[in-house]
Amino acid sequence: MTTRTENHEDAMSTPTLAPHQDAPTGHRPAEGRVGAGLFEPGQLLKSLPEACRKLDPRVMVTSPVMFVVWIGSVLTTVFSFQHPGDWFGWTISAWLWLTVIFANLAEAVAEGRGKAQADTLRKAKTDTVARRLLADGSEEQVPGTALTIGDLVVCEAGDVIPGDGDVVEGVASVDESAITGESAPVIRESGGDRSAVTGGTKVLSDRIVVRITTRPGETFIDRMINLVEGAARQKTPNEIALNILLASLTIVFLLACATLPPLANHAGTHLTMVVLVALLVCLIPTTIGALLSAIGIAGMDRLVQRNVLAMSGRAVEAAGDVSTLLLDKTGTITLGNRQAAEFVPVKGTTEAEIADAAQLSSLADETPEGRSIVVLAKERYGLRERHQGELVGAEWIEFTAQTRMSGVDVDGRKIRKGATASVIAWVEERGGTVAEDADRTADRIAEEGGTPLLVAVEDGGGARVLGVVHLKDVVKEGMRERFEELRRMGIKTVMITGDNPLTAKAIAEEAGVDDFLAEATPEDKMALIKREQAGGKLVAMTGDGTNDAPALAQADVGVAMNTGTSAAKEAGNMVDLDSNPTKLIEIVEIGKQLLITRGALTTFSIANDVAKYFAIIPALFAAVYPGLDKLNIMHLSSPNSAILSAVVFNALIIIALVPLSLKGVRYRPMSADRMLRRNLGIYGLGGLVAPFIGIKIIDLLISLVPGIG
Amino acid sequence: MGPVLAGVLQLLALTGALALVHIPFGTCMARVYSSKKHLRVEKWIYKGIGADPDTEMAWPAYLRGVLAFSLVGVLFLYLLQRLQGVLPGSMGFSSVNPAQSFNTAVSFVTNTNWQSYYGEQSMGHVVQTAGLAVQNFVSAAVGMAVAVALVRGFARSRTGELGNFWSDLVRGTLRILLPIAALAAVVLVACGAIQNFSGVHEVGQFMGGRQQWGGGAYASTEAIKELGTNGGGLANANSAHPFENPTPFSNLLEIFLILVIPFSLTRTFGVLVGSVRQGYAILATMFTIWLGFTALMMWTEFAHHGPALQAAGGAMEGKEVRFGVGGSSIFAVSTTLTSTGAVDSFHSSFTGLGGGITMLGMMLGEIAPGGVGSGLYGMLIMAVIAVFIAGLMVGRTPEYLGKKIGGREMKLAACYILVTPALVLVFTAASMALPTPPHSMLNSGAHGFSEVLYAFTSAANNNGSAFAGLNANTDWFNTMTGFAMLLGRFLPMVFVLALAGSLAGQQPVPATAGTLRTEKPLFTGLLVGAILIITGLTYFPALALGPLAEGLA
Repeated sequence: MTTRTENHEDAMSTPTLAPHQDAPTGHRPAEGRVGAGLFEPGQLLKSLPEACRKLDPRVMVTSPVMFVVWIGSVLTTVFSFQHPGDWFGWTISAWLWLTVIFANLAEAVAEGRGKAQADTLRKAKTDTVARRLLADGSEEQVPGTALTIGDLVVCEAGDVIPGDGDVVEGVASVDESAITGESAPVIRESGGDRSAVTGGTKVLSDRIVVRITTRPGETFIDRMINLVEGAARQKTPNEIALNILLASLTIVFLLACATLPPLANHAGTHLTMVVLVALLVCLIPTTIGALLSAIGIAGMDRLVQRNVLAMSGRAVEAAGDVSTLLLDKTGTITLGNRQAAEFVPVKGTTEAEIADAAQLSSLADETPEGRSIVVLAKERYGLRERHQGELVGAEWIEFTAQTRMSGVDVDGRKIRKGATASVIAWVEERGGTVAEDADRTADRIAEEGGTPLLVAVEDGGGARVLGVVHLKDVVKEGMRERFEELRRMGIKTVMITGDNPLTAKAIAEEAGVDDFLAEATPEDKMALIKREQAGGKLVAMTGDGTNDAPALAQADVGVAMNTGTSAAKEAGNMVDLDSNPTKLIEIVEIGKQLLITRGALTTFSIANDVAKYFAIIPALFAAVYPGLDKLNIMHLSSPNSAILSAVVFNALIIIALVPLSLKGVRYRPMSADRMLRRNLGIYGLGGLVAPFIGIKIIDLLISLVPGIG
Repeated sequence: MGPVLAGVLQLLALTGALALVHIPFGTCMARVYSSKKHLRVEKWIYKGIGADPDTEMAWPAYLRGVLAFSLVGVLFLYLLQRLQGVLPGSMGFSSVNPAQSFNTAVSFVTNTNWQSYYGEQSMGHVVQTAGLAVQNFVSAAVGMAVAVALVRGFARSRTGELGNFWSDLVRGTLRILLPIAALAAVVLVACGAIQNFSGVHEVGQFMGGRQQWGGGAYASTEAIKELGTNGGGLANANSAHPFENPTPFSNLLEIFLILVIPFSLTRTFGVLVGSVRQGYAILATMFTIWLGFTALMMWTEFAHHGPALQAAGGAMEGKEVRFGVGGSSIFAVSTTLTSTGAVDSFHSSFTGLGGGITMLGMMLGEIAPGGVGSGLYGMLIMAVIAVFIAGLMVGRTPEYLGKKIGGREMKLAACYILVTPALVLVFTAASMALPTPPHSMLNSGAHGFSEVLYAFTSAANNNGSAFAGLNANTDWFNTMTGFAMLLGRFLPMVFVLALAGSLAGQQPVPATAGTLRTEKPLFTGLLVGAILIITGLTYFPALALGPLAEGLA
């Protein structure tokens, strides 16, 4: 998984999606599992021109809070031009403009990271020449952009596939590193679940005929580019709701400031435009207003770094809300294949004998099950692994799907290992009998959810069964703990398997999932999803086959494997380029982290207001009502310095929080109660206290400047 | 017994009585609003007004009922005052002028009971009993109906139906308000409050002069005035007048009546949404704020400096000797944290900070515990806002009681919290900016500004108490406070009912370990914080120029 480009000679020309990020592996430590995206201070500088371009009011208007700051900056600047000798007006204006630029900078940095990825993708999308197959069997050369849906194109070794489609003829190995970053080639063949090919990938061997399924400009790679660039970004439902709250708070504080002049006049003081705007900007939730879109973009970006493409931001939010996870047993909960767990001898045979026979008979079996028998014999019984060449005169019988047996004929002994029925037939054919306890053991193993394999021998003593190999599904390491965490987060896990209920139950218990669906058909899956949704739950699942497509579409979060069919990819709202079903869990965590980051910074932003009032109100009115100086608990040096300090703090806190908004707040799976207590402590209380300290420090610095204070 | 100890003991007695009553009473109210049966008298009423009490209403229909009923109420009250001069039983008072009639009609229909008139010098028995007293009942019942509709929005799923307004209105009046008010009136009579329809008596004064006393249904008016968080008394001196509030015990009883329905409705809420613990969380939030405000008020009123004040055991100016600092403080806080507005002491005479506490209480939106019904729905709106922020912090899109708080819900809640600050600030600023209105101020400087700020805070929040000093019987104040009351009452109701409709249509999300637990103390703490910061901070600049400037001087 992590080999990526290191061993690739032309690493530079092989575009990788996320060269700076390790692909996630099945199990990672619980601590700080949702990793942070990289953030380098240099990015701020690089994004500065883009941040200034965003000062265009037509762009600013999309963020109501920052647009108010923008208008305020214009007003104070105009005021300063009218009073050019007023240093205070100029300084405040400058910091207000900085506030707006800092907000734009946050967004520009977040977008910039996507742009770099988009550029790499664009390289893969070179103009291709397609070999279109005509009705009479001849070919014509057309540009890749001229292809339409239904066209058949021929691709041979060395060709770049001109568009998304399904293989309708032939089989080929394809280099998909352009989109997945994975350099190992994959097999694509007509029919079945591995027929989808993606435009921009390269055929390494053989010849295939592809039926084009997407229009040019709408291909997977085009959509990826749009997604990582944020061009297709739309505000998500929760972001819209949060924007409404922020807008209403902005209006409330706008009212509070706009109605202040007549009240101040009555008190006998005149408020200038500059201090009113300064007060307003300090009160409206600029911190979250400035960082909101960066948080959203960064959330999508975190998925992209894990090679997951979310087709909509809505899906990322839904991931945070998921309460039921449907997990495919194979590959997600268990290792892909069954493995030998024990050798059970029949009466009159020793364990060592059966281990020896099992090992010998499996040497010619290259299936993972066969390999696992050799490994078990070595680990448990200390049998050195022998190689086929070591045994002179041995005749090897390889495992085939027809015989369902493998074995060896050596030194007058015939040893066979294989499926129960096949081995029994083989023994009986040779006039041997099958020991009764072999049958019983096989049944017991089957009942426990395992797969029994019989080992038999024919030698001087006739044909007989030596014993049984117990093949077991091996639950991936750490899955039980992972499911335990999910349970604490309030997420129910359901294992989906084609196994019989008995087997499924045994594995479900071992893995610690909450529920299982045995002998699952696509219809069963669909019914399960609908049942959960009818109870108000949000369901997430992974899938790759065409028959998964309806369920993927029905699920609230449907993650299609990139190796899957194009139907599955169309139906899901996310695509995992690594085709790693375990990633569903990480997707949920990223969704939660995105929401937590929004909530935490909103809380922080609102809590900040208390300190700013204590800085500005005494500064404005202590001259006419000396009693109000008691509110100046920070003992700020002068009214002007107090107002300026609050404005400066308000601007700097945005820049200070950019890394956090890009990385997301630290997230660990825990119950809602603990999470709330922790985040309220850090961002609620922290938000109350931090500005008192920050404003005081800035005031101390400002008062050092001669002529102020 | 020192005055401080007396105050604390009264506070304890009050808390104990509320704690005893709120569970059975709240459960009983839940039953009233969910029972299927109609009383015979109710059936007559439904027949009389031509309403079918069993038809379920979607939110627009429910809202139409609320608005139509209230509009008829305003028109009727307006005409009654305009025609007073020709009506019998008017004790010889003439018709009320148009601006004041409008103001008073709106004031009583909106459950505000702002009074720009002197009760004993302008309103006769007919207007008082057939007009104002009736609205004391029904305006309270309207508030409770809207609250119950919102609670149904949380409790029901996948339906647009919020219940039947006419049935909620009639039941609230007949089954809850009337019996308790009747009982309380008898107790008040026993305490010494008067209850008659006699004319004006002229009596000799102790110092020699002559004085005129009008009779009236004081005890019964007083009972519903407190119970329905109305606040409009017969006498200008309101509950400071011995006819209305004769003894320390009647004072405590009246505070109890003010608080009993708003606090108990949290139980009703808990029962109706199927989780009494959710009700406790809301109760705890309300109680924390109420207790905190009361403690602050007692502290500032008892601790006031100056030899005369020290000798009196606190700031006694404007307070009745029979109630003392303790009883007056509890009353002042309770009347301004609910939408009552009855007063047993003069808020203008409180210490600067004490006056500020009464204003801040109203500015929070009167939600701790708030007016009958309006307190509960106001608090639930704040809970929705708090849940929105806190819900995100647990990594889910926000939900409250299983209902998702999405864009539409947020829009309605946001509009709700915008209404009163906009009304208070804009009307106050306009009054200060225009040339004439400031002439109504009795005092100059910070205290004079407080009079105006208090007036619009009270009107827009439908409180009805006055800071005293301000001459509110001018065309400007009559008209503008009238508009503030109307908009401050019915705009929020529109948003509440629309929100209820939106919630009722949702499919609830089942609670899991990942769900924000809104019944836990942590959430209560968060909600208190959100209320103080979001609504409190809106008014900080205005408060700084009024009560804070005065109190900190």
